[in-house]
Amino acid sequence: MNQNYSTVAQRSSSAIATNKVLRSTYMLLSLTLLFSGLTAALSMFMNMPPMTYMISVIGGMVIAMFVLPRFANSSAGIGIVFLITGMLGFGLGPILSMYASLPNGGNIITLSLGGTGAIFMGLSAYALATRKDFSFLGGFLMVGFLLVLLAALANIFLQIPAMSLMISAVVIMIMSGFILYDTSRIIHGGETNYVLATIGLYMTIFNIFISLLQILGIMGNDD
Amino acid sequence: MDWMEIVSALALVMFIIILLPATRDMMRNSSKGSSEDWMGFVIPIVVVVLFVMLLVKLV
Repeated sequence: MNQNYSTVAQRSSSAIATNKVLRSTYMLLSLTLLFSGLTAALSMFMNMPPMTYMISVIGGMVIAMFVLPRFANSSAGIGIVFLITGMLGFGLGPILSMYASLPNGGNIITLSLGGTGAIFMGLSAYALATRKDFSFLGGFLMVGFLLVLLAALANIFLQIPAMSLMISAVVIMIMSGFILYDTSRIIHGGETNYVLATIGLYMTIFNIFISLLQILGIMGNDD
Repeated sequence: MDWMEIVSALALVMFIIILLPATRDMMRNSSKGSSEDWMGFVIPIVVVVLFVMLLVKLV
């Protein structure tokens, strides 16, 4: 009997901890997305050159890979997350300015933004409602992501527009998989650090948005 | 080829080299999914693909 009570108590405390991580992750994610929007608007207002995007992405990724893991368990980690997401948002400015100057630009940006939100919320809701364990996807998604990076590297030299369209489509599918994988890891206690969980989900949203912009930009201007 | 493309290519090579060991580890340590597990992944991805196709139609 005592053992049953102890099991129930353990399960409920684990569920409370999971809910806390989930709530903190979504709270920090909302704030970082808002902050990215502000830095993107600032970058558009300052008319930053296109190379800003490349510098911001490389800088943001380097900080996310090498600096953030060291501070993820301290309050400095939150500041670093804002630094990374602010940089990535700032890098988006010139890209958004370029799309905004297209004849159909406003529509492309709005649809990409709405589409990204719908994909993220839909997949998160699916993972939360079904509570499926997607941990088996880890290796598959990482291999897919590496192959995409290799294809992107090849396309820098090949410069084939159809290939860049294909890469964007595959990135959306892989990032969708990462949303399921990351959300499932939080639900099942695989990720207990909300700072790292936030940056993971932020990166998926960022990549889906950029890829959607590219797909809709190419497809919306071929007539 | 301009300097931005060269820097992008070097950054991609760096990310690939950094991610390679983590990928190998994840492949070794990931659990194997059943066909039901894979269907639970494939169905939402197909929905995402159809949704993107709808967005392309709308633009």
